[in-house]
Amino acid sequence: METWDILRNVWFLLVGVLLAGYSVLDGFDLGVGALFPFLTKSEDEKRTLIRAIGPVWDGNEVWLLTGGGALFAAFPPAYATVFSGFYLALMLVLFALILRAVSLEFRTHDPKRKGLWEATFVGGSFLPALLFGVALGNVVVGIPLDTRTEYAGNFFTLLRPLPLLFGVLGLCAFLLHGGAYAALKTEGALQARARKAIKPLVAATAMAFLLSFIAVGIYLPGGMKRLPAWIFALIVWVSLGSLMRPGKKANDKRTFLLSSLTFLGLWGVVGAVHYPNLVRATDPALSLTIANASSSALTLKVMLIIALVGMPLVVGYTVFAYRVFKGKVGPDDAAY
Amino acid sequence: MDAVFLARLQFGLTAGFHFLFPPTTLGLSLLVLIMETLYLRTKNALYKDVSAYLVRILGIVFVMGVSTGIALEFAFGNNWAAYSRTVGDVFGAPLAAEGVFAFFLESVFLGILVFGRKKVSPKTYRLSAFLVFFGAHLSGLWIIIANSWMQTPAGFRMEGGRAVLEDFFKAALNPSTVVRFVHTILGGWTTGALVAMAIAAWLLLKGRFPEKAVLLMKASLAVFAAAAVLQLGSGHAHSVQVTRTQPEKMAAFEALWETQEGAPFTVFGIPDEKNEKTHLAVRIPKMLSLLVHFDPNGKVLGLNEFPKEERPPVFLPFASYHLMILFGLLFILIGAVGVFLQTRKKLPGARRYLKVLLWAVPLPYLANELGWISAEVGRQPWAVYKVLRTSDAVSAVVPAGNILFSLILFTLIYALIGAAGFSIILRTVKRGPGDEPAEAGKGAA
Repeated sequence: METWDILRNVWFLLVGVLLAGYSVLDGFDLGVGALFPFLTKSEDEKRTLIRAIGPVWDGNEVWLLTGGGALFAAFPPAYATVFSGFYLALMLVLFALILRAVSLEFRTHDPKRKGLWEATFVGGSFLPALLFGVALGNVVVGIPLDTRTEYAGNFFTLLRPLPLLFGVLGLCAFLLHGGAYAALKTEGALQARARKAIKPLVAATAMAFLLSFIAVGIYLPGGMKRLPAWIFALIVWVSLGSLMRPGKKANDKRTFLLSSLTFLGLWGVVGAVHYPNLVRATDPALSLTIANASSSALTLKVMLIIALVGMPLVVGYTVFAYRVFKGKVGPDDAAY
Repeated sequence: MDAVFLARLQFGLTAGFHFLFPPTTLGLSLLVLIMETLYLRTKNALYKDVSAYLVRILGIVFVMGVSTGIALEFAFGNNWAAYSRTVGDVFGAPLAAEGVFAFFLESVFLGILVFGRKKVSPKTYRLSAFLVFFGAHLSGLWIIIANSWMQTPAGFRMEGGRAVLEDFFKAALNPSTVVRFVHTILGGWTTGALVAMAIAAWLLLKGRFPEKAVLLMKASLAVFAAAAVLQLGSGHAHSVQVTRTQPEKMAAFEALWETQEGAPFTVFGIPDEKNEKTHLAVRIPKMLSLLVHFDPNGKVLGLNEFPKEERPPVFLPFASYHLMILFGLLFILIGAVGVFLQTRKKLPGARRYLKVLLWAVPLPYLANELGWISAEVGRQPWAVYKVLRTSDAVSAVVPAGNILFSLILFTLIYALIGAAGFSIILRTVKRGPGDEPAEAGKGAA
């Protein structure tokens, strides 16, 4: 393999790692946001739950920006096709993320309009949690592209059953992850509610995964011939299975780690089935792949150096920050 | 309305709105760092309270910058797909690098500044303040690198209609990067420092927390006065660079229709693009040549040198460039008067000056936006100077109706979060630099 090929493969992996990192980290605060109305009953509980994600959600969202930036830099044609093709759907995600980003700070400082900012927080968490999966489902299952490799469908093309199923699977996984984080960071009635939500969410995730897996097997039989797809699927099943059979004593850390592992397994399955495609076209000859849609070898090399220097630092101080804020939170902890 | 116009309008609106926040962050993060450093050195708790006060404001400004920044990264794919395909090989890396090197740093340590005062040691807290300051500025650097490459592209070759990276450092440190970075950063310091001065002025006028207000005023005045003076130098260096590397842009800034040796500086005028004339022009003879060539008889290229379809518009760049300079000079004056009053120890009681500061708050924001408008409109008709036309950069598959729809929603959402954000910042300011924000708020309201 020549250097350029190696770099393209490395970047396929790294973009996947960044997006998986985003799912595991921002995933729990998206999940907490979408579960917010179901987990909290009093103002104190609401403040506790907000306090649990307050110091970290912002850094978590940077994983999306960096993942998006890496996709743009490493595979510009894929970025261009997907973002212009899915225009209206991505605008919805964008508006949701914009409103969500300000909602927590605004809710704390704007007591008169608490309801409004709570609604934008919940809606702004729910919508991306659902639509990320739909978008991913579309590029994995395949979308109509014309000969310029521009998107040839419309908004409703995106809402086909299989991508929607991916959306539901993603949503379930985000909710599960959010529930696990809430249980980990809180105490009392709030924690009890979060713990109670885990089992039904595991069951829903397992159901959505089973259906998606079978559907992908029917639509993309080639992808299912790949051993890694089955290995990662096994990781998902083992994680979900372990979540269904918790030990005698509640262990929230174990739950959170297993829901994280579920996400990593899901990304592994997607990567294994999807490789080497970036955007699968209905006509396979038009698909954007790492071979025909990557940046130059030099750009990929420069980016790899940036990643190798920068990401260990990022991981280092992110771990530091989580240790600073480790442990249970209450409604009136410090600040604001 | 055609798709190109709508896409430009949407980018202009979203970038213009976003650009209210990062400059504020640059200035405020510097002041927080100064306050934390003084606190560590003197152990005087007043510094800590002032810092905590600024951090509360910084936290709100920062999330508004983050939330509106996401839209811009998306926009390159959403609205400018042809741009992304054509120059993504060069342009994408700085955006990714911003995330990896700067944005993570800023976000993670801002979390510690806002929530972690009691959870980390004072030294670690000051380190966090430094890293937020450093991250904010590094973030600015990568964005300016990307934007400067659009102005003065370098370090690439064209291959099959696409820009391909040849030399990363040449592309990153292209001819306009350094001077534009310094110019933008100083603009940010001026902005954040004037906001802080106005806050201190307001506290002094109301007679609240006078000791803390005086500390805040001293530090922010020092930053403001120094940045305003330095900005004169960086602005000058920037205009010299523009004359050398984008001569038609300088011709538009100065409404210089014909090439001249000993070109005048137009202090005032109304450029008329159709007749290629400037009405009511007030000119200082030979001043422009002297400024940009250090030679009163130096030759400055006029718009007549360039084919009509490669000329930028003239009125908007001319007007915004000149207003920006006017504001810049005003800042030097405001800074000088402040320093004069401060050295006479009359500043806290100079009520008229303090009131002027309150009214001056919008000016640095206007100056930032005007500078940005002159830079970007002056670059037209190019998205990437002499490489890619703006009209060839838009997404082929996004109909005008879709852009209009998103443009309306952007306007509504930005109006909502702009109004809410502004009132929340005001409320946070009004609480004052007490030690317990929540309770102080009840008392002060």
